[in-house]
Amino acid sequence: MKLLTREALLSFRRAPLLSVLSVTTIAFSLFTVGLFGLVAINLREALRGIEERVEIVAYIFRGTPAETIAIATQDISAFPEVRDVSFVSEENALRRARAELVEFRDAYQDLQVNPLPASIEVRLKEGYRDATTVGRVADRLKGFGFIDDVRFGREWVQKLDHLRNLTGLVGLVIGLAFAAVAVVIIGVTIRLTLLQRAREISIMRLVGATNWFIRGPFLLEGALKGLLGGLLSLALCYAGYRLFRDNSGGTLSGLIFFRLQHMVLIIVFGVLLGLGGSMVSVGRHLRHV
Amino acid sequence: MIRFTSVYKAYPNGAMALKDVTFHVSKGEFVFLTGHSGAGKSTIMKLLFAEQRPSGGEVRVSGYNVSTLRPDDVPRLRRRLGVVFQDFRLLEDRTAEENVAFALEVTGARTDTIAARVMRVLTQVGLSAKSRAYPRELSGGEQQRVAIARALVNDPAILLADEPTGNLDERATRGVFQLLRDINNGGTVVVMATHDLDLVRQTVYRTIEMRDGSLVYDSDVDEAAAEAP
Repeated sequence: MKLLTREALLSFRRAPLLSVLSVTTIAFSLFTVGLFGLVAINLREALRGIEERVEIVAYIFRGTPAETIAIATQDISAFPEVRDVSFVSEENALRRARAELVEFRDAYQDLQVNPLPASIEVRLKEGYRDATTVGRVADRLKGFGFIDDVRFGREWVQKLDHLRNLTGLVGLVIGLAFAAVAVVIIGVTIRLTLLQRAREISIMRLVGATNWFIRGPFLLEGALKGLLGGLLSLALCYAGYRLFRDNSGGTLSGLIFFRLQHMVLIIVFGVLLGLGGSMVSVGRHLRHV
Repeated sequence: MIRFTSVYKAYPNGAMALKDVTFHVSKGEFVFLTGHSGAGKSTIMKLLFAEQRPSGGEVRVSGYNVSTLRPDDVPRLRRRLGVVFQDFRLLEDRTAEENVAFALEVTGARTDTIAARVMRVLTQVGLSAKSRAYPRELSGGEQQRVAIARALVNDPAILLADEPTGNLDERATRGVFQLLRDINNGGTVVVMATHDLDLVRQTVYRTIEMRDGSLVYDSDVDEAAAEAP
């Protein structure tokens, strides 16, 4: 084991330029994946905020008895998709309009009759805020006899849906592409090391070293490079994150960084990339040296 | 220790490197393998340390059948052999003692025994004073002695030497040859491929001559036949 580590570390000293090159390429590949991940988790965080506000508003016919509305509200609360239901009376609607729609304050000020209907506002549980579910719940609300009209931002909900799916898809594609690039680069650098050390390997074979003994240092070397690349990419991601957050003048002060498990995941991913690249390369080229 | 039985070796391009070669080498023997370049000497050597497999016939070395050797057994066979080449094959970035120790390290020898074993073989080849020298600081003869020390450090039963004196001047050749004889006197089988006929004629060792892939002369067999009435 000691020898294995020594041989693996020796290659860093023997070919410092090559080693630095492969560590940096891994780091940059993971950095790009990491940056995308950061954008994705921040986007998701932001989407969650927006989604919180997704609601369905059901306007109620004037003159509907309060008990009918109370019973219906209870029924609606029992829908599996529904998180909470609130009743907004005509007076409350007017009060809210006066407070929120400042431009029309004067218009609302001297009204003889309240033009605003009472309504039921329905908020959905997390995971049920996609366009299909929202539409389905809205249709069910329309089934109540005292409901005049149901409004929900169908387009808005659909756009949100698309955006989220797109984010996931683009992230996956870019991530995979960069992972492939990293594997190829590591494979090439390991191959160069292999060729550089062909003589040494042939001598190792000659004196009776087993294949695993010969492979071991190369695999460890790849894993080590992956580890270093992963750590470096995290450092770069953190630098990028701080740069954005601190220079945004406060608008992006809510940006979040990776949680511990994300960071561990990136490092593990780096190690696997390094290991994978060297395994492919060693497997393919060791026979020829 | 070594038994070739009707061995054939064909290369992918169709050339026959060995044709029906049969001989065997017993414990304690010193054998010269002679012949021109391309006669098949190196092919025999490569079959002996399982660098190549025979196309036909059987090659047995130190209890292993090279024809049917599993990949896992190749390192095991090689640990029972010492191999020396014309071009020494030393690692340039390691000292003499590191080169020798390397052969022990890769076989997983106990770390605390390595230094003593390395020193013992370097003393045996007469290089204990230059154990810290790098190959480029050593003469050709000295480099070949380091290579021999490396071959000996695992206490091999058989030492294979492929043109070990091919790159050496006359004086160094005599020194290296004497060293190989001393090793043989210690009980190790030595197979030495060479085209240095002067060296062969100086001694009474068994000689096997190859020509165009065929064994054309074996002093053991042919002299015994000549002596027979």
